[in-house]
This record gives sequence, C-alpha cells and structure tokens, in this order.
Amino acid sequence: MNYMDGFRRLEAAVHFRARLAGHGRALAGQGRKVHLMEVCGSHTMAIARYGIRGFLPEQVALVSGPGCPVCVTDPGLIDVAITLAGQGVIVATFGDMVRVPGSHATLAKARAAGGRIEICYSPLQALQLAIHHPESEVVFLAVGFETTIAPIVAMLDTAMRQGVANLSLLTAFKLVPPALDALLADPDIRIDGLLCPAHVSAIIGADAYRPYAERHGVACVVAGFEPLDILYGLDGLVEQLVTNKPCVDNQYSRVVKAEGNRQAQRLMAHYLEPAAAAWRGLGSIPESALVLRRQFARYDALQRHGLTLQPGRHNPRCLCGEVLKGKIRPRECSLFGVACLPEQPLGPCMVSSEGSCAAEYKYEEC
Amino acid sequence: MSESILLGHGGGGRLSQQLIAREILPRFGDGPLRTLPDAAALELSSCQIRFSTDSFVVQPLEFPGGNIGDLAVHGTVNDLAVAGAVPRWLSLALILEEGLPLVTLRRVLDALQRAAHQCGVVVATGDTKVVRRGQCDGMYINTSGIGEALPGFSLGVEHLVPGDRILVSGTLGDHGMAVLSAREGLQVHNGPVSDSRPLHRLVQAVQTWAPEIRFMRDPTRGGLAAVLNEMVMGREVGLHVRESALPYAPGTKAMAEVLGLDLLHVASEGCLVLLCAAGVAEKILACWHALPEGVGAKEIGWVTQRRGRVILETSIGGERVVDLPGGELLPRIC
Ligand code: SF4
Repeated sequence: MNYMDGFRRLEAAVHFRARLAGHGRALAGQGRKVHLMEVCGSHTMAIARYGIRGFLPEQVALVSGPGCPVCVTDPGLIDVAITLAGQGVIVATFGDMVRVPGSHATLAKARAAGGRIEICYSPLQALQLAIHHPESEVVFLAVGFETTIAPIVAMLDTAMRQGVANLSLLTAFKLVPPALDALLADPDIRIDGLLCPAHVSAIIGADAYRPYAERHGVACVVAGFEPLDILYGLDGLVEQLVTNKPCVDNQYSRVVKAEGNRQAQRLMAHYLEPAAAAWRGLGSIPESALVLRRQFARYDALQRHGLTLQPGRHNPRCLCGEVLKGKIRPRECSLFGVACLPEQPLGPCMVSSEGSCAAEYKYEEC
Repeated sequence: MSESILLGHGGGGRLSQQLIAREILPRFGDGPLRTLPDAAALELSSCQIRFSTDSFVVQPLEFPGGNIGDLAVHGTVNDLAVAGAVPRWLSLALILEEGLPLVTLRRVLDALQRAAHQCGVVVATGDTKVVRRGQCDGMYINTSGIGEALPGFSLGVEHLVPGDRILVSGTLGDHGMAVLSAREGLQVHNGPVSDSRPLHRLVQAVQTWAPEIRFMRDPTRGGLAAVLNEMVMGREVGLHVRESALPYAPGTKAMAEVLGLDLLHVASEGCLVLLCAAGVAEKILACWHALPEGVGAKEIGWVTQRRGRVILETSIGGERVVDLPGGELLPRIC
C-alpha cells in the first residue's frame, strides 16, 4: 500500500492547493471564471470522497459530466430486463443496475417477485452462470463505456470459442466522445476544460481528445483516480486556461497511451458497430452506442428473445439529465435528500456508486 | 461417514443427553451448569448489573482469526464492557443444523470455552436446538451476559463537549474484511485477520479516569462510521476525524483498496472507541499501549460544535462528511 500512499501525500496536496490559489488570482485579474467538467463518475466520487472541491478557488467551478454508465442508461433498458426476468430468463448484471428505476419498477423488485437476477462482479461470472445452467437462457446486461465494453466483448469471444449457446447480451454500450460532442455543441452549457477519464482513456487513448482542444479550444487533461492525480489534473487544466494554451495533456501516462489499447479496439471493432443511442438526460445521440454486428445477432438478447427497446419513462421531477449535463449541482434538484435518498433512489444518479447525487449526498455537507 | 448433528440431537432423548454430556458439560460443567438446573442461581456482590444479549449468525462459521464460538463470547462480553461493566455470567443457546459435522461443533465449542475462560465469564445456563437441513447456515449462537457495573463510570453521549478526544484501541475493519475474504474464498498472502477479542481489560484499565470518560462503543456492524454518526446524530455537537490518524492493518487496507470498500464502514470485533475529556487522552493511550489488545491505540479526532456532523479530514487535507453505511455491504459478519 505504500505505492497508494504515494498518491495521497499531504505535502503534495498542500503544494497543489497553493498553485490553484495562484491560478485563481490570475483568473480574477483577467476577470474570468472557468468551468471544468469531470467527465467520469469515478472522478466524481473521488473528488467528493477526498474533499477536493475545497481546494478550488472561487474562479474555478467544477461540474459533473455524463460519465457514469449506470446513470445514463435509459429506463427502457431496465424495462426489457424485467420482462426477460419475468419470462424465466436468468438476468445477470452488475450490482448497481439492480436498484436503478425503470419505467415502473427496478430489477430488485423483479427479483423479490421471483425473477432470477444474478449479480456479477465481472463479465466472466455471467459466462460461468451460462455454463452452469445449460437448461436456462442467461442474458447479461451489458452496460458500460469503453472500459467495460472491452472485457465484455472478450467474455463473448470466450463464450463463442467454447460453444456456449445459452448466453446473450442486452447491450447498452456507450461511447464517451460522442457524448462530449453533444455537450460541447449545446449552447446552454459552458465547458472550458475537461478532466478526461482514466480508464476510458486507457482504451481510446489520449489522442481521442485532440479535436476538443484543437477545434473547440477546450483544455483537456487525462488524469488518474488517486486524489493527487486529480489535483495535478485540475492544476494542469487551470494552468492551460490561465495561459490560454488549450491542449491535451496526458498526466496519466503510467496507464494511458496516446493511441490507447489497440488490441481492445480491434476486438471491439470485430464484434461491434456504431449506432445511435438514447442517453438518459441527453436524448438520442448519433453513433454514440456500439451494438453487436449483424453476423452475431444470435448473441443479441433483443433479437434472440424477440423484444424491442422502447424509450422508457422516467420520473419527470428527477433532474438527473440536468445533473449529467453539468447544468445543476445535485442539491439543486428539489427531490435531493428529501424524497430521493440512497436507500430509496428516484433517479440513477442517487443509486450508482459513481453517481453525482450519491457522491454529493454521501460526502458533501448539504 | 464422519459424525454429524442429527435431528435427534435436539429431540430431548438419549441423543440429546449424549450431546450435552459429551460436548457441553466437559467444557462448561464446572459452574452452575454442573447439575443442569432449569435456571442458574447466581450471586453478585453488587446490585448494579448490566445485562446484554446478542445473536451470532456469521457466515462462514470459521474465518481467519476466529470462529462463531469465540465471536459469540467476545460480542456479548464487549457489549457489557463498553457499558462499563465486568462481565460475569453468560448464557449459551445453540441452534444447530442437521448435518453439521461434529468436528466443526467441537472446534466452535473449544473456542467458546477458551474465550470464556480468557474473559473470566462463566457459562451459567444454556440450551440446544436442532433444526432441519437448510433451515440455518450450520449453526447460530445466542449469548446473553450479565456483568457487574464498575463504579465511577457515568457514560452517555449527552456528556460530550467540544474539545473531547476520540480514541480507538486498535486497527479498524479487520473482522469484516477477514469474514469477507473467507466467504469469497479470496486467498491473499498476509490478508486480513479478524480482531475478534475481548475488550473488558481495556475498560478496567481506564477506571481511574472514569469520571472523565464520556462514552464507549465497539464499532461492530456498520463500522466506525455508524458508531460515530449514532453518537452525534440530532445533537448539538459534531465530530472531527483525521483520516491520517486512523489505524489500519496493511492486509486489511490492501484488500479494501482492491475491492473498493471504505474501511470506515467495515466491522471490527475487538476495537474500543472511547470519548474522553482532552486532559486524560494521553494517559489513557499510555495505559492501553501497555496491554496487548491496546498496543495499536490512537487518538483519531475530537468533538466539535458542528451539530450532528461527522467530518473526515482526508489524507490530502480536504474535508468530507462521514456517511452512514448503506447497509448491505457485508452480510452475516457477526
Ligand atoms: S436527487 Fe434524485 S431525483 Fe434529483 S436528480 Fe438526483 S437522482 Fe434524480
């Protein structure tokens, strides 16, 4: 653990606090206030968990982005999963999804009503389930960004090689760059800098952010998840803005390469192709999903079980969409901490272990 | 086939008698239990007693650092200890599942006997039931305990005043992580080991400063986070805890990092949280450091005026709220 402690050193944090304060004075001198977005839910959690917001000068506003795959999943997907569970299919899923509200119910309720919902910690457990229950159909709720897509596709690859025939994927694979394009194109949203995700970047590569820096003049820093990584990243972002030199700075080079993980990219391209997707809160975004290519349709749960994905209905008073776009802080939602609590979440942002509302409720004084 | 518990062991007939004669009396029969009376006749020197009960349903029954037997003794002994009492008598109710290997039962009872002896408590009364296969996870144990109150203590969170100190007697979260690792079959070199152990000596050792000791608790289910929140919820005072001062065993910490768990939420079974006036904190720590179960004792924070809030000063100097655990983190840990 000494390795970890190296990324949590107090002296280094004090140094960054002083640097950020200096940048704050420079921005104040220029009469500016800048808006930074942490794209990734794991960053959101770490920022709250280590009290990083308190390090920022008032000229720097930090907002959360759409980078929690659970939060951006449309309720329609949950509805389909519940239907499948009702038909006797074993639905395998990552834990957080169980409590996310669909249009009418959650998978947890479906489980209480007798549905077979199995929680997996890794995609390979879904494969094991299928192998151990050859008499049943197993559907894996394949929710995730680039980071998660790669291991799920690797699992599918193994399943096909082993001739496992009773497993299929209900895909909600989403891509981060198209969501960023949509956010940057929205005139109501102001983003000066992006704290780019760590794990997603390990797959897509730091070069994926070049267009934002070069075309949109947005500062970009790829940062890890340790508190000092984040402080270093925020310092880098504000410095780019103070000096008016936006670029892509890869500060997580111990994991992220410029070109990303080519092997994972190849595997994904072999099995998947781009499609439009509905994002909770952001609406439909072209080319922002990856779906199974036609020749692998028998592994597509929708096709295999003759179902279609309908847009779901979400609680109209839940402002997750606004939170995910960084337009409001969670506490500005009238339900936050009143009707919507971690133990009875009304929106996915309060459920997910990477959700902005959960992070703010758990860790920040309200 | 190796011997195991049969439904008949709970039927009240010959098998039941054999079980009691062979397994219970040799271990616990030298006190009031000797004649197997319906109720134990006990004599206490003081009329200030403390009475506590707890049921143990831990899965798996055996884990690194202990088993359900010593856990059942420590759990009740510690409940009495943190109430400022010297534990004296225990009841022992066993609910056994048909098919439980007798060797497992013996290991559990041996551990229970050792733990009771170590704590100076006498098993005074007991009961055994057997349920069908599938109706309980091997065995459940209930222990109730009677202790005599130590004079001088007047414990209660209402006595807290800003500036009081928060002490812990040792590393946090070891029990919960040890059970989790055993349950999930995570075999880690130098992994977490349960801290299941009695705390009564730590309490007796600080009796000198009893009037300055405001409150004591052992952070079992819900971990330190739950205990700290319970202390200040709805009160005029708050707590400030320094993350860098929190003691963790390296194996426990490493596993929590890997699994993404917050050790503040993970149970200990042999750790004492004590709040006292600032003036006696150093003395209590020095006294604890001289006992094996208190060598890792530390001051971790203080009482503040921030109403009802538990604030953590993070390792990097930020501040955040210590939240109440969600509840479903580690099922069946005690
Ligand atoms: S507080 Fe609840 S209802 Fe409001 S935005 Fe967050 S998750 Fe949605």
